[in-house]
Amino acid sequence: MDQVLRAIVEPGFFSSSSVQLAAVVGGLVALVAGGVGTFTVIRGQAFAGEALGDIGAAGGSSAYLAGVAPLWGFLVASVAAAGVMEMIGIQRPRGRDLATGIVLGAGLGLAALFLYLGTTYNNTTGATVTILFGSIFALDPSTLPLVLVFGAIALGIVAVLYRPLLLSSVSPDLAAARGLRVPVIGSLYLIAMAVAVALSAVTIGAILSTALLVGPAATALQLSSRPSRAIATAGLVGVAATWLGILLAYDSYYWPPLHHGWPVSFFVVTLILIAYLASRWLTGRRAGP
Amino acid sequence: MSTRLHAVADAREALAVDGVTVRLSGRTVLDDVSFAIRPGDFTGLIGANGAGKTTLFRVILGLAQPSKGRVRIDGGGRSGPNIGYVPQKFLLDPDMPLRGRDLVALGLDGQRLGLPLPSRARRRMVEEMLDAVDARSFADARVGQLSGGEQQRILIAHALISGPTLLLLDEPLANLDLRSAQEVVTLLARIARDKEIAVLISAHEMNPLLPVMDRIVYLAAGRAASGTAAEVVRSDVLSELYGHHVDVLRVHGRVIVVAGTGQDEHPALEQSGDDATVEIV
Repeated sequence: MDQVLRAIVEPGFFSSSSVQLAAVVGGLVALVAGGVGTFTVIRGQAFAGEALGDIGAAGGSSAYLAGVAPLWGFLVASVAAAGVMEMIGIQRPRGRDLATGIVLGAGLGLAALFLYLGTTYNNTTGATVTILFGSIFALDPSTLPLVLVFGAIALGIVAVLYRPLLLSSVSPDLAAARGLRVPVIGSLYLIAMAVAVALSAVTIGAILSTALLVGPAATALQLSSRPSRAIATAGLVGVAATWLGILLAYDSYYWPPLHHGWPVSFFVVTLILIAYLASRWLTGRRAGP
Repeated sequence: MSTRLHAVADAREALAVDGVTVRLSGRTVLDDVSFAIRPGDFTGLIGANGAGKTTLFRVILGLAQPSKGRVRIDGGGRSGPNIGYVPQKFLLDPDMPLRGRDLVALGLDGQRLGLPLPSRARRRMVEEMLDAVDARSFADARVGQLSGGEQQRILIAHALISGPTLLLLDEPLANLDLRSAQEVVTLLARIARDKEIAVLISAHEMNPLLPVMDRIVYLAAGRAASGTAAEVVRSDVLSELYGHHVDVLRVHGRVIVVAGTGQDEHPALEQSGDDATVEIV
């Protein structure tokens, strides 16, 4: 039994403090992403989430330039981007793609600039990978309280707005007829989404952050036919993918090419894709649109 | 301007629309529209596409402000929660994780903040409502995967569960096959009678509603004529409403309105002509 376990889990996995921190932060982030992301998928705003992530990359890289924790950069930039998208008019169907595309392009452009400046001045190519693709094993312990606070804010918004959000996602007309202010609900949700995207960027990087937001939720929508269960399923799938990804990345230290280790984000994103395909296969649907 | 054929003397009015005029970007969408509905009345709001039916609903719901006139609901001021509403063109993604009974429950407390706590009373009310619209057999399937007629039943239950005095339905028969449409109409007529709810249902085709309609509000070019079907659906009344000659034909118990001339001034009439053609076939 011990032999089998050792074959799966490399020695030192559970005792490593960086692994422990990665598992706790990654798990929390996956729960937040599941709760918020289920509504992202329901509302068809995955593309908007992508744009928030790309702007987040600009924020994270500028924070890196300034010597601040990247999470602050992710957070400030994503929430600011949410404001800009709101101004351009993300809630109008025609405005949605337009607003998203403009924000997305600007975000990646800025990220390119900041990362270029950062690597030129500091001569650390690692920053590019950290910001864009994440490096969860190199987290600073001060990240944990931040993740807790902002995760609670994002989940809190979704919990308080749960029923109005659901109703306005089903039909804005129905929600408006009940006296709900649909644009206000949409704006508040966009803030929750910006925070969730910023937190996901800590786990798997800014570029891939929407994968954690949207992938487990899309999987959950295949498996559960009621909203509360879909949210719980999305959280579970996200946590499982994150933890398994961390385990595989740790093990991969001894995989070829030797002694470099594969990135966690690769494993997490691949596991999410596998989970999604499996859920579609389970429900007997054809994969892809 | 409007043709008022039927003055409602009854003081108990579920809905009173009084001289409502709506102008949207310079165009007069509704022009001095007046009518009243009593509790238990089944009223058809008939008009071609673009005649102003949805705008009238938005005014009644308080989502649009009339430039003149006013709306009274249940004799008093406007109070949102007293109106049940079934919107037009309800299209839901089949993957949406929402069962029929979840959508009905949202009709009870969808505007409330916070997470819903499990409640036996809430569940019982949902069950009763599902029974009232004969929707129990498909209440556990995803709403997005239901047929058009099944979705309408769920939406009607959603609109009724908060106990409104007035039920508005915007083109609920538009995408239904003939049999589903008849079932929905029969159900609505029964609800109006049993629960004493005033039902106002918009349609561009009046024939499916004729057997059950107590009253009709006919909209054309933003103006309205109201009364019983026999009072309103007449060549002289509709000719005055349209502003040119209109023929009303009765063929095998169905009514065909032929508004053939004056299409240049009233684009809405073309649609009326189309409907007539469809009916004849």
